[in-house]
Amino acid sequence: MGEDGKGRPAADSLLSVDVVKRLNSFTLRAQFQAPPGFTMLLGPSGGGKTTLLNCVAGLMRPDAGRIAVGAKILFASAAGIDLSAAHRRLGYLFQSPALFPHMTVAQNVCYGIAKLPAAERQGRMMALLQSFRIEHLAERKPGEISGGERQRAALARSLVTDPDLLLLDEPVTALDRGTKSKILDDLRVWNAAHLIPILYVTHSPEEAFALGERVIVLEAGQVVAQGVPQEVLTSPRHETVAQIVGFENVFDAAVSALNERQGTMLCKLAGSERELEVPLIQTEVGAPVRIAIRAGDIMIAADLPHRLSARNTLPGRVRSIRREDVRVIVGIEAGVEFEVHITPAAAEELGLVSGREVWLIIKTYSCNLVEPRV
Amino acid sequence: MEWSAIWLTLRLAMVVCAVLLVVGTPIAAWLAFTRWRWKFLLEAVVALPLVLPPTVLGFYILVAIGANSPVGSLYHRVFGHRLPFTFTSLAIASVIYSLPFAVQPMVAAFSGVDRELLSASAILGASPLRTFARIVMPLSKSGIITGAVLSFAHTLGEFGVVLMVGGNIPGVTRTVSIAIYDHVEALDYASANQMALLLMAFSFIALSLTYAVNRRVWAVWPLHR
Repeated sequence: MGEDGKGRPAADSLLSVDVVKRLNSFTLRAQFQAPPGFTMLLGPSGGGKTTLLNCVAGLMRPDAGRIAVGAKILFASAAGIDLSAAHRRLGYLFQSPALFPHMTVAQNVCYGIAKLPAAERQGRMMALLQSFRIEHLAERKPGEISGGERQRAALARSLVTDPDLLLLDEPVTALDRGTKSKILDDLRVWNAAHLIPILYVTHSPEEAFALGERVIVLEAGQVVAQGVPQEVLTSPRHETVAQIVGFENVFDAAVSALNERQGTMLCKLAGSERELEVPLIQTEVGAPVRIAIRAGDIMIAADLPHRLSARNTLPGRVRSIRREDVRVIVGIEAGVEFEVHITPAAAEELGLVSGREVWLIIKTYSCNLVEPRV
Repeated sequence: MEWSAIWLTLRLAMVVCAVLLVVGTPIAAWLAFTRWRWKFLLEAVVALPLVLPPTVLGFYILVAIGANSPVGSLYHRVFGHRLPFTFTSLAIASVIYSLPFAVQPMVAAFSGVDRELLSASAILGASPLRTFARIVMPLSKSGIITGAVLSFAHTLGEFGVVLMVGGNIPGVTRTVSIAIYDHVEALDYASANQMALLLMAFSFIALSLTYAVNRRVWAVWPLHR
């Protein structure tokens, strides 16, 4: 099976999945294709995301269907093919790192490559430990290192086997924000060099924006939306997606000035001359960023307000206004199109009508920076 | 002190313990990991020696290995002597009698290993056998030690089965517990007391050692590194 793991052409490693699996509460019916790169699986808990990963991994047997990576068939009910997990040549990172507690980090990482000659094994292990910056932990046991370090070690252990496919089940959910984004950075770098299909389960739209080239939304076992993150997540056509996302406004922008002493920076919105003051991140002038703002976090003022703590006041014009249940959704053109949610009473008091000039007020800390794709 | 009885008993316990490690481990692994719906039947069979009177067990073993049984006649043809009332028969009977004491701690330990670790091992390309040897066994060390010590200690003290299958042949089948019974029958309480005390001390030490080894944290041990 696939001994010459090097230099496979990208088209060869397309993951195609078409499975049916009956569960107690619903039936998983998933049909999709994932080319090399990150494919994000989103959806409410119990929507079938982990079941789907388990079917692909060979830990669960689908009732029917076909799973293949390139020309290699992992499962095909019609042909009676069902490779065991050990023969599928894939990496799978669970929510918990599942490191072997009685082995050192080095022994854990070498577990999947025991058949290689000692010198090559050592070389590969050190290379992976270095790319995930844990080479100083090689001789420690999992119980002696931090949660983030454990997850890095587990990633290194999965990737050292040079898998054809990588499955990640909320790999960074349990970690703090800083650790999270560093691990994702390292993973992105690794992926750029290897280019295999990666199925990444997450609850976090930020991770989806930061990593995803494609998004698949699963609810009650069905694929309810798929496509590039911006299409699927910024103009959600399905309620599930909107709930998951919670960010109605997502803009591409470029950093125009850093204000390190204040801990803020200015970003020019793409396709407009407008600037937003947002929280400082480690970046440089000219770098592309992506800004996500919840529609409920934006205020509307009828007149130019002064002496406010909010740092962003943008002039704009009401383009659309519609009532949905107990909230009013206002579309405002202010260089780019903003979506703002206010209460019906507020809309009435401001006398909002289409075409009216207003001011948008956005706090610096309502602007969430999500990293753009590489 | 009857040293031949003590030596025989120790030898028997060591043989039984070794055989049970070899035979009991796969049985325990099967019980811990199978999804077979009728597995409870085997669980019940393994546990039978816990509840049956030793005489019942001994009786059936005696019949099973007797000269008229297939096993007994085969043994007779191969080795040229009969199986009952030999050390071998004693060992066979003791293995069966102590089986649950070895298997049950091991099943508990094997079942206690996090299933995610087993999945992780499989996904890393390991065969079930390698997963068992590299992951399950090392993480079940305490359960395996407990099973070994319990079967050892249980064999030291057995009486009924030994009497039924082995009889009372000095140096061959006369174990410590049978010697004690003999002494009591002969009203030689002093000798009985000596051997009983020895057995009790030995069992106590063996069990204390097991619990000590299985203990994770030595809260009161001053030399803990």
